[in-house]
Amino acid sequence: MALTSQATVETKQAERHLRFRNAALPYLLISPTLLFVAAFTLWPLLRVIHDSLYVQNQAVQTPRFTGLGNFLALFSDPFFRGVIENTLLYVIITVPVSVFLALVLALLLNRKFRALGLYRLAFFYPTVLPMVSAATIWLFMYTPGYGLLNVFIEFFHIPSQNWLGDPKLALIALMILGVWKQTGYFMVFFLAGMQGLPHDVFESAKLDGANIVQSTLAITLPLLMGTTLFVTTIAVINAFETVDQIYIMTGGGPVNATNMLLFDLWQTLFSYLDVGRASAISVILVVMLLVFTAVNFISTERRATYE
Amino acid sequence: MNKRHLNSALNSFGLFVLGAVALLWTMPILWAIAVSFHSPNEPLSAANLWWSSQPTPSNYAQALQIAPFGQYYLNTIIIVLGILAFQLVTICLAGYAFARYRFRGQNILFFLIILQLMLPSSALVVPNYATIRSLGLFDTLLAVMLPFFGSAFGTFLMRQTFKTVPRELDDAARVDGANWLQSLWNVYIPPARPALIAFALSSISFHWNDFLWPLIVTNSTASRPLTVGLAVLTQLGEIGAQWPLVMAGTIIVVGPLLVLFLIFQRQFIDSFLHSGLK
Repeated sequence: MALTSQATVETKQAERHLRFRNAALPYLLISPTLLFVAAFTLWPLLRVIHDSLYVQNQAVQTPRFTGLGNFLALFSDPFFRGVIENTLLYVIITVPVSVFLALVLALLLNRKFRALGLYRLAFFYPTVLPMVSAATIWLFMYTPGYGLLNVFIEFFHIPSQNWLGDPKLALIALMILGVWKQTGYFMVFFLAGMQGLPHDVFESAKLDGANIVQSTLAITLPLLMGTTLFVTTIAVINAFETVDQIYIMTGGGPVNATNMLLFDLWQTLFSYLDVGRASAISVILVVMLLVFTAVNFISTERRATYE
Repeated sequence: MNKRHLNSALNSFGLFVLGAVALLWTMPILWAIAVSFHSPNEPLSAANLWWSSQPTPSNYAQALQIAPFGQYYLNTIIIVLGILAFQLVTICLAGYAFARYRFRGQNILFFLIILQLMLPSSALVVPNYATIRSLGLFDTLLAVMLPFFGSAFGTFLMRQTFKTVPRELDDAARVDGANWLQSLWNVYIPPARPALIAFALSSISFHWNDFLWPLIVTNSTASRPLTVGLAVLTQLGEIGAQWPLVMAGTIIVVGPLLVLFLIFQRQFIDSFLHSGLK
């Protein structure tokens, strides 16, 4: 009798142990991911917010609370306002231009013809190159005198320009590189979106007498709204994070004409060793991007769910 | 104008636009390749821009002599494969937990992980640099890899993929005595292979091309990846305007990538389509 109850207790203990193990298992499974995300995303986020409220630089080694002082100082600094202006200008111009061009190229490529693969290759290959290498090639393209771009425009009797040395042109030069680098990337999203469109709708539109322009405007474009939103958010996020090409091509100059948020962040930290100010710039970047990353995530979820 | 004329006129115009843009788009890489073989004895000029009269591979030999590209390649390969190996393990485990278990705090934990997708890693370089410093990892390959071992995007992707596996298959395996690891390995992973491959390609291409983070945490040949190595070569004062040499360095970096892209064009493009995020 005593023996059986002893056995029952043991079984119960083993069961409880097993249940505990089962209950603990999912936490164990997510713990590695959670550990790294906590250490390199969540904790840094809190820390960067905290540090942005303190003065901490070469002169002030022990952090001193300043509230929104770093932010006020940044926004009243014409240098930083220039950085914000350049960033926004770069976003506002490169995003619509490259998304629109990508859409046009995709529309033109969306049919069966022999050279399709070749064209796709021509437009897409810049995506594969590291930005650093692309920027090095374009640094050469912009060389005064014999840079290919200057030779090209001289062909149309436009005088050779010092693209990267002229404050009025340098940002445009970076924009051209940006459009060249990412248009093919956006194009393949549109192409994939078009492949998924229902064929019968186009057939019946054709039977009803619609021409290419009409069916594109009335059917293709409205059905591509989801893809357009997704591509646009990627484009905005990438544009805000522009930094590699600035490092390679201009160093933010001439006279701050090409300095953007992430480059300024890097310089503030490593050239001026100003942790408080660099943290405040980080917070500004996070806040500016948050809306776009959230929309991007929601449309990623849609794509992943309905694919 | 009737419909057929309009369609065919648009067609020809479309082809013309395509051709012109394609030509503009390919010019930079073709020029870079041509110039990389330019003889150092013939200065580049507006009149002598493309093929040298005596093409020579000497720029490549010199670039390899100035910059240890072999070491940089090795570093980059270790970095991208190291990150990928860790990620594959962590995302499968976490994706499996979120797809198949109900547990307390599930939603909040998932949200905390997904937050990583909404915070660009580049905006967090200041505190992460401090962390790497305090761990004593500055200027090591591990420093370049460490922040990326957990992947919100991968976790999310695997959760979605595993959810499509029929529950009955899992139950049947469990009845047959399989433990969770055997079930994950035999039931969930095989149908998830396309998603894993897409994730792998996008992870590799993101970290292969990454620049800012490795620039911040490396400071020597032993830990620098290709991107930072090329930047160092470009910024060397003494090679200044020796463009054929710089272009040779650039082609050393991008050549293998382009060849791989030519061979695996479809897979590359598919993987980019699947990611859209890092």
